[in-house]
Order: sequence, then structure tokens, then C-alpha cells
Amino acid sequence: MAATIVEKIFSRKCGRDIRAGEVVMAPVDRAMIHDITGPLAIEKMREMGGDRVFDPAGVIMLFDHQIPADSIQAAEIHQRMRLFAGEQGIGNLDLREGICHQVMMERGYAAPGEIVVGADSHTCMYGAAGAFATGIGSTDMGFVLRFGALYFRVPESIRCEVEGRFPRRVGPKDLILYITGAVGADGATYQALEFSGNTFSEMEMAGRMTCCNMAIEMGAKAGIVPPDETTWAYIRERRTMEPFDLQSDTDAEYTEFRSFCVDELEPQVALPHNVDRVVSVEETAGVRVDQVFIGSCTNGRYEDLSEAADVLGSSEFSKRVRVIVIPASREEYLKALRAGIIERFIEAGALVEAPCCGPCMGGAFGLLAPKEVSLSTSNRNFRGRQGSTEASIYLCSAATAAASAIYGEITDPREV
Amino acid sequence: MRLEGTAICLGEDVDTDLIIAGRYLRTKDRGLWASRAFEDLDPALAKRLKGAIIVAGKNFGCGSSREQAAIALKEAGVVAVIAPSFGRIFFRNAINIGLPLLECECGCTEGAHVRIDLGEGRVSIEGNMYRSRPLSPRMLEILLAGGLVELWRCRR
Repeated sequence: MAATIVEKIFSRKCGRDIRAGEVVMAPVDRAMIHDITGPLAIEKMREMGGDRVFDPAGVIMLFDHQIPADSIQAAEIHQRMRLFAGEQGIGNLDLREGICHQVMMERGYAAPGEIVVGADSHTCMYGAAGAFATGIGSTDMGFVLRFGALYFRVPESIRCEVEGRFPRRVGPKDLILYITGAVGADGATYQALEFSGNTFSEMEMAGRMTCCNMAIEMGAKAGIVPPDETTWAYIRERRTMEPFDLQSDTDAEYTEFRSFCVDELEPQVALPHNVDRVVSVEETAGVRVDQVFIGSCTNGRYEDLSEAADVLGSSEFSKRVRVIVIPASREEYLKALRAGIIERFIEAGALVEAPCCGPCMGGAFGLLAPKEVSLSTSNRNFRGRQGSTEASIYLCSAATAAASAIYGEITDPREV
Repeated sequence: MRLEGTAICLGEDVDTDLIIAGRYLRTKDRGLWASRAFEDLDPALAKRLKGAIIVAGKNFGCGSSREQAAIALKEAGVVAVIAPSFGRIFFRNAINIGLPLLECECGCTEGAHVRIDLGEGRVSIEGNMYRSRPLSPRMLEILLAGGLVELWRCRR
């Protein structure tokens, strides 16, 4: 019987034919916890009678939301988690590596056919590696830490077929914002979004990560790009794993088919305060911005920083704007540093911070005052997300962010 | 499982940042989460949550995976949440900590008396009856036990 890639992943893991709608207890390959949701998950594991985690090698711990500790409370959380990692023999990456999702990908902790869970909603990003990856809460994570498995309702899938070549200065973030606008903030709730078509087969891993990252913004349980040569090449650099075939059957059942063409796609912007209020950049051009944030698990990779630097050229950022650049990880930071991109940002007037979630979390630094406007390459523009509830957050690509930072107002990157 | 409470009506897409803001996540103080629930939506709301049944628009609890959002509501005394649809992580979190949720499209009058029959999947608001999507037997089992931790304790 025909199956989607998601159904195939669950079938392989459970050793029997499984279809969407079934509730299964499936083994988990890896579980990620960070400094916001981790402590509660550890508490839950203990409440369920667990003294030891299911497999110390299967648990990845790191800190990224409030680093370096921005309060005594954060420092205490880090301290408790370090202690736990030591007791359990968990390889704690601490605050050295960067944003959890980027680190999970670059270390090869998610691979085709695997089931990976994280105590963070943007865990769905690892679908870029052909894994079934989903964000879970602390009680579910406590259960996973204890048993190495979790109940899943196997989701139905929506297939997004994307064709065409991106025009200059338009890319994966514009595409996923456009798709979010079309599908809606709850249009994929409880379901998986499967991305395919020649645009995806030609897209590099960074772009696939950007798209899968935002699957949750449509309510999806997972986003996934079926593995191809690009995926396997990425995996090969990170771990030993024999490539195998893992594709949806052509006659698999989907709840919905959606097709998109990017040939004439324009740069997209999500308006405050909903991720699905998406318009083309022209419609917001001229909106004055106080802060521009280039970073996050959505768009803090080398490819994004490089695109922003390309738009920046030899210009300077507007003195009216606070430009905050945060590479997604140490690895991405080093790549950008060695390419001279970081130097260019600093020359142009940006603040370059060490890899972390930064203003996206709204708790640490880079907060907004009432009435201020932020233009951000991150994934959420909820009211109050980056500080004052009276501030406004617009979301865009790194190219649009850079162009806008030069002029101090939302600017079409194609015109720079 | 029968429940009743006083209706608090909320709009669509109430995200987990609005339920409990990121700035309160560095503590483990449940009482603080309860007292700051919905602070960015309406600072006066937290005081009215005891004994309340929240009747919200679609996509309630979308966004972050923070279980603190569901905990804040339960801790504040919210009896149940009714909405046409929920953010799926919030949905699981709520069931897992024993906060009843019902997927139901129904009209809301602020302060109205709301009755729920979880097993039957029925909601009654001021005499108007609505049918909700039934919870799966497993979800009901977790809710009846008071949460996943409690269920696991019972089984042990």
C-alpha cells in the first residue's frame, strides 16, 4: 500500500506497516533539551520515577536561549543542568556551540529515517535532513528521557510542490513566508508538510532548513524534504551512514496538494503580529525600522549572512537603526568570520553577538521599547515576542533585512 | 468527566507567548506563571481565571513548546479551554498535565455559565448545546488520571 515518507519512517521504526491517524509508541533516536524547557523535562522524568536517562548518548543538551547567563536565575538553571549532565553522563554542549537546531543539524544528530524530538517548537527544522523531527513539551520530554520512546499520532501530510528558479535576491525565506501566508497559521495543524519539486531539489541544505524550520508556524507537526543527493552529501560529512531510498510513493495519500512557482516570487514580509499576514515587500516599503535582527535558527547561517553582506556591499548601515547580527552557531560564525563577512558587518555599524537565540526569545537582550519597529529574519512576530507588547515585528529574509538596515526603512533588496 | 465554569471569551491565534511571556520562563515558580498568565493580552485577566472556562477562537496555544503556558492556566485555576483548534504542542502539553481541552466551535458570552461533558464531547453555554470533537480514549485516560505523570504513577 502506498505511503508518504512520514508513514514510511514510522513503519520502519515500528517494524510494521503504519498509516496516518494511527497512534503508536515509537522509539526516538535522539532527544534535545535546552535551557528554557530542559529543567522542567528533567523534573518530569524524575516524577515518573526515572533516575537515569534512557541513553546518555541519545540526549543532547545545550544552552542557547539565555547565554551567557543574563540573570542569576538563568545562571542557576545552567548550573543545575550541568550537574544533571555530569550525573547522567550526557555530553553537554553547554553554551559553546550555538542555537540548538543548527547544532543538531551540523553535528549530524538528525538523519534520513530517524525520529528526533526536541523540547522546542522549531525542532521541525531537522526535516531538512529527511528525519521526522518534532517539538514536544516538557512532560513528553520527561517521558522520552525516561523511556527513549513516545506516543505519536502519525500525521497526515500536505504536499507542497514548488517549481521554478528564485529571481535575484529572492530565496527560501521568501518562499516559506509566502507558503505560510497561503496555508495560514493553523492551515497545517496536526499534519506534516512535505516539500518537493525542482526548487527544493536544487535548494541547498541551508534553505531547506529555513523552510522546515517554519513548518510549525503553520501549525505543522513536522516539515520534511525527502532525502536526495544534497541531503546524503551533508550527512556523509558528519557521520557514517549508508544512503538508502526514502521517498513518498507517487500514489501516497495526502490531505492536500499545493503547488507554488518561484519564478516571479517577490521578497516577502510578514506583518505584525501574525506570521501568516504576508505581503510582498513593495507593500511595506518605507516603514521606518528601529532595529534589524539578522540571525536565529531560521536565518542565521553562513548563506544568510553572506547574502546580507552581498546586499550591504560597501555601504554603511543607517545610524538610525540598531543592527544586531547573530550567527546561528560557532561553525557558521567561523565561516562568516573567515570570509570577511563579520568584519564588513562591524565596519558598517552592526553589533555582532555570539551565537544564541538573541532577540528572538525576547528575554535576553535586544528588546524593543513601546512603538518601536523591528525587522527580523527570525520566525515569530507575535505581540511582545521581542520586548514591549506595543512594539511591532516584521519578518523577512536576510537580503531584505540588510537592504532595510542601510536605509532605515523597509526596502526591496532588488533595488539596492 | 463533567466540568463547569464561567466563560472567558478570547480571540483567535492566542499564542503561548501571550499565555506566558518568555521573560517569566527563567523561573520554576508556578505561582508566578499563574499570576502573569495573559499579562501581555490583558494584565487584569489572571485574577479572573479561577473557575473559568476559556472559550477561544481558532489556533489557541500556537507557537512555542513551553509547557509553562499550560501549567500557568492550570495553576491559575482554569477549568478547561474550548477552541475550534489548538496549537498541537500546547494541546499535548495540556492533556499531559491534566488540563482539559475541547475542540469545539461555539459562541461565547463573557461570564456565561459553561458546562462540559468530556466523555460525551458536549458543551452547553447558556442553554445552547454544542458538540465537540471527541477526545481519544488515551487522552481521556490521561485527563482522568490528572496527567501523564499521574497516569504513569497509577500504572506502576
